[in-house]
Amino acid sequence: MLGYVLRRLLAAIPVLAIVAVLVFLMLRLTPGDPAAVIAGDNASSEQIAQVRHQLGLDQPLPAQFAIWIGNLARGDLGESFFFKKSIGELILGRIEPTLSLAAATMLIAICVAIPLGVVAAYRHGSWLDRIVMGVSVLGFSVPVFVIGYLMIYVFSITLGWFPVQGYQPLSGGFGGYLHRLVLPSLTLSVVYIALIARMTRASVLEVLTEDYIRTARAKGQVERKILFRHALKNAAVPIVTIVGIGIALLIGGVVVTESVFAIPGLGRLTVDAVLARDYPTIQALILLFSGVYVLINLLIDLTYGLFDPRIRQ
Amino acid sequence: MSAEPTVLAPALPSPPAISLAWRLLRNPVAVASAGVLLVMTLIGLFAPFLGTIDPTAINPAIRNRPPGFERTIRAEDGSATAFRYRMGTDSLGRDVYSRVLYGARVSLAIAVSVAALALAVGLLLGLLAGYIRPLDGPIMRLMDGLMAIPGILLAIAVVSLFRAGLPAVIAAIVVPEIPRVVRLVRSIVLSVREEPYVEAAIMAGTRLPLLMARHILPNTVAPLIVQGTFIAASAILVEAVLSFLGIGIPPEIPSWGNIMAEGRSLFRVYPHTILYPGIFLGLTVLAVNMLGDGLRDTLDPKMAGR
Amino acid sequence: MSATTSPVLEVENLAIALPGGGDRLRAVDGVSFTVAPGEIVCVVGESGSGKSVTAFSVMGLLARVLKPVAGAIRLLGEDVLSASPQRLRALRGDRMAMIFQEPMTALNPVLTVGDQIEEVLRIHTEFGAKERRAKVLAMLEAMHLPDPERMHASYPHQLSGGQRQRVMIAAALILDPALLIADEPTTALDVTTQAQILKLIREMQARRGTGVLFITHDFGVVAEIADRVVVMQRGRIVEQGPAAQVLGNPQHSYTKMLIAAVPTMTPATRPAPKGALALETAGLGKSYRSGGLFARTRTVQAAADVALRIRRGETVGIVGESGSGKSTVARCIARLIAPSEGQIMVGDQDIARLPERRLRPLRRTIQVVFQDPFRSLNPRRTVGASIVEGPVNFGTSPAAATARARELMSLVGLDPAALARYPHQFSGGQRQRIALARALAMEPEILIADEAVSALDVSVQRQVLALLDDVQRRFDLAILFITHDLRVAAQICDRLIVMQRGRIVEEGPTAEVFARPKAAYTRALIEAAPGREFGRGVEPTAEAVPA
Repeated sequence: MLGYVLRRLLAAIPVLAIVAVLVFLMLRLTPGDPAAVIAGDNASSEQIAQVRHQLGLDQPLPAQFAIWIGNLARGDLGESFFFKKSIGELILGRIEPTLSLAAATMLIAICVAIPLGVVAAYRHGSWLDRIVMGVSVLGFSVPVFVIGYLMIYVFSITLGWFPVQGYQPLSGGFGGYLHRLVLPSLTLSVVYIALIARMTRASVLEVLTEDYIRTARAKGQVERKILFRHALKNAAVPIVTIVGIGIALLIGGVVVTESVFAIPGLGRLTVDAVLARDYPTIQALILLFSGVYVLINLLIDLTYGLFDPRIRQ
Repeated sequence: MSAEPTVLAPALPSPPAISLAWRLLRNPVAVASAGVLLVMTLIGLFAPFLGTIDPTAINPAIRNRPPGFERTIRAEDGSATAFRYRMGTDSLGRDVYSRVLYGARVSLAIAVSVAALALAVGLLLGLLAGYIRPLDGPIMRLMDGLMAIPGILLAIAVVSLFRAGLPAVIAAIVVPEIPRVVRLVRSIVLSVREEPYVEAAIMAGTRLPLLMARHILPNTVAPLIVQGTFIAASAILVEAVLSFLGIGIPPEIPSWGNIMAEGRSLFRVYPHTILYPGIFLGLTVLAVNMLGDGLRDTLDPKMAGR
Repeated sequence: MSATTSPVLEVENLAIALPGGGDRLRAVDGVSFTVAPGEIVCVVGESGSGKSVTAFSVMGLLARVLKPVAGAIRLLGEDVLSASPQRLRALRGDRMAMIFQEPMTALNPVLTVGDQIEEVLRIHTEFGAKERRAKVLAMLEAMHLPDPERMHASYPHQLSGGQRQRVMIAAALILDPALLIADEPTTALDVTTQAQILKLIREMQARRGTGVLFITHDFGVVAEIADRVVVMQRGRIVEQGPAAQVLGNPQHSYTKMLIAAVPTMTPATRPAPKGALALETAGLGKSYRSGGLFARTRTVQAAADVALRIRRGETVGIVGESGSGKSTVARCIARLIAPSEGQIMVGDQDIARLPERRLRPLRRTIQVVFQDPFRSLNPRRTVGASIVEGPVNFGTSPAAATARARELMSLVGLDPAALARYPHQFSGGQRQRIALARALAMEPEILIADEAVSALDVSVQRQVLALLDDVQRRFDLAILFITHDLRVAAQICDRLIVMQRGRIVEEGPTAEVFARPKAAYTRALIEAAPGREFGRGVEPTAEAVPA
């Protein structure tokens, strides 16, 4: 098991390194002069040169990369052009809403999707299965922001149950915090529920065709226990895998949802940085999100051992 | 003593591909989805003849009118006709109905071109990785890296760096889709090359290019078609999201995404600018996804109903 | 068995409908037989005979599409076809139990072995945890499994195939069921393991008086274990009776044909081959490395120091169990994989290390017929396209290659008009004939048959073996015949090479190896062959003796 953990940890390092190189190169490979873009249309050539120097763009590529990585290693993410602030501080100030939204979404999605998927697989071919499958395809087919606006229209504007937009920090009281979190996380969880429910159903269905399920029936085991004792534990690995892969979807969804509900989180920061062409901030945010994504998937890989003794060895 | 029958099994007249088409035609959901897509395509193609006016014509006098609003418009030759704004107007006074119909063109074009590009690039890289050992490591590590960046973020990064426009948006949507295609193709190549019939072809002295074309590539077709439909569906959605975030296709070219983006700020009062394109988009993506499910069930019976 | 004891199982006029589109209306029809306490009844038949369907219908484990439409199945006098699902569950595992063909997949990979055996006790008894554990440990002990304590806590993947089948038997027999159904329980196992499992089943049922319904396709196994035999063909019983009678004096023509088709363990007399040397290997070896950073680096020697010679017109057999390296040797010689060491001399050329580019011109000399008839032809290409591919690669005009393909189709006993058809339109035996025609189209000197008849039913197997013999004489082929089946090897090989764990442990003329095996492993292999005596007394059939 220790060997497995070490191997997984080591495998994550090159991935992160490649992400860093990709993110770095993306900015440098932009056609045209980023410094000119950043400095604005009316900037003089001195101003552009100053921006270029500030960005370190006047140095050779490897040197730029080395400086950037060196700064990253010291925890220095650089300076935002647009917000005129250290990016590290900027991110710290925006983490709470995003984390809250992501965690609430995950919680809702997992609690709803896995039981739905299991039941759909167990009642394979029934009307319930069809409804779950149909609704999950629908969940995949509507953009997050449309779902968000629909929710606002129904629950805020028409019914008046929830505030239309906005965020209240946890320090301002748990009730208000939760009240404002409900709609955004419900919105975001739709696509995630669709994804996990489908995958759960497929995995459980697959497992139910295995020989050892037949063995359990030959022992006289009841179907309910066959499902929970034999099938679910075997289906767990693909299910947690898709929960991990779905994090990418979740991060994309956070960006959109925060815009719909005017939540001052990292997603909103990303959009603002993009609109302001604030390259250092974009760069830092992509790296941050990718790092989190890779790390979560690493942690999920490490949980495989809990479910499957073949991996534990 | 009975000998093994030298009489052949009843003749099936066709290679496997044709019977597959028949099976697909017997799947009502797939047929209905294909119908919806056909209608959407026709709408896009014949948008100018479906009672539309110039989708980019701005008219500050009639901003944010509700659906069904009527007004007399004057054509260039001076003749006046009563025009009904079936889906109302947007905040610049443009006809939402015309924009939605013309928008079908852009959204579908993006779907098709993104799917085609992602499949082409992914197929090429996947074949290289699967068959040329020294390339496998570098290509797959690069794909791992690309896959580690959440798709929308990668797309956002790509568009924000290039100047906004159709090619940049297409590139931005294609890039995050490529790694999955590469992985799919590579895994098929790696498993098929172990098949005895491929080994038999090697024993028959078949050269690599021919071996690929004859014995390996055909195995990728069905999975790639299925993957392609799902990519097309996701492309329409991502375009909408990019437009919504304000970094999509410029508003001169109407797409379902940027029509909705335009209606964002006044959504609470005038939901129709989001509602109508939303319905068209949702219906189209739903049809593509359903068609993909149907194709997958038909092409890979093992996966049926999964 | 005494006729006065009431049977544990009575199957009476059982008929099971097949869903539409099959080659017949009923999977089984008019099937009647009984199993008495302490009796082993073998149901034997080729693929598609309905033998497994019969077994599963007794357990009530049929796939939903298969429905019993007539007849009765009585377990200890109680009709199971009309039993409620609850009653059926109560009977399963308690009064009747089943073991399956694939011990690798029949156990749940994420639960411990002890847990899976205990499950039966938890379902059917009120025993406490301690009692259950004690019972399971005793059962593991009775199964001759080493270190029952450790075994109890092990996961299936830590066990060998034979051990897993013992665990399955333990779970099946722990509540002393009246009936044990065994569905090809040894087919997936090596021959020495098979012998141990058969012995174990015999021992257990004799001690406990269990009635056993044993499904098999293998007459050797039947001869080894059966008290009574039921022969099935296309869903119907063609003959049943005491084992000695059915095996020794079969009445029905199908039974006679099946029994005659079983190759005997007595090597056929074959003229000594005198052809020129076609292939010689020296010090041939293949090793695989696995692991790397933080994983133990393991080098697996799949084959080592293999030296063999084959003459034109000679058939050399390599026999061995799984993991013996026999297929590795074949694949090295075919250069589908690159050997790690040694030489492969074809004529005066060493092909062991040639790169693909220089190997290609030599490819036609060596051809392979693979094991799996369903995967060895490209399903998307016509049979004709598959056969002419090689000759066309070597410059033969398509027209000439097609003309030759037509001749070869006739030669392997198929209609030349079938060249335009696709593989799925042929049976397994027919596909192996096509694969042989494809190999012959290359005009090879050396033919490698890698378990080429192992996937075929015994009657088809015999025909393909006869065909191999025929084409060998016609084309003066050197044949390297890889097999796990000593019976087949006895009939077709001039010389035998016995491999164990990647090395040759014995080689010599076939008759010599069978009559006076020198290596202990060879002796064990021969002794383990089920029903070893079976077929010995029977005159070898005309086809088995080369003309």
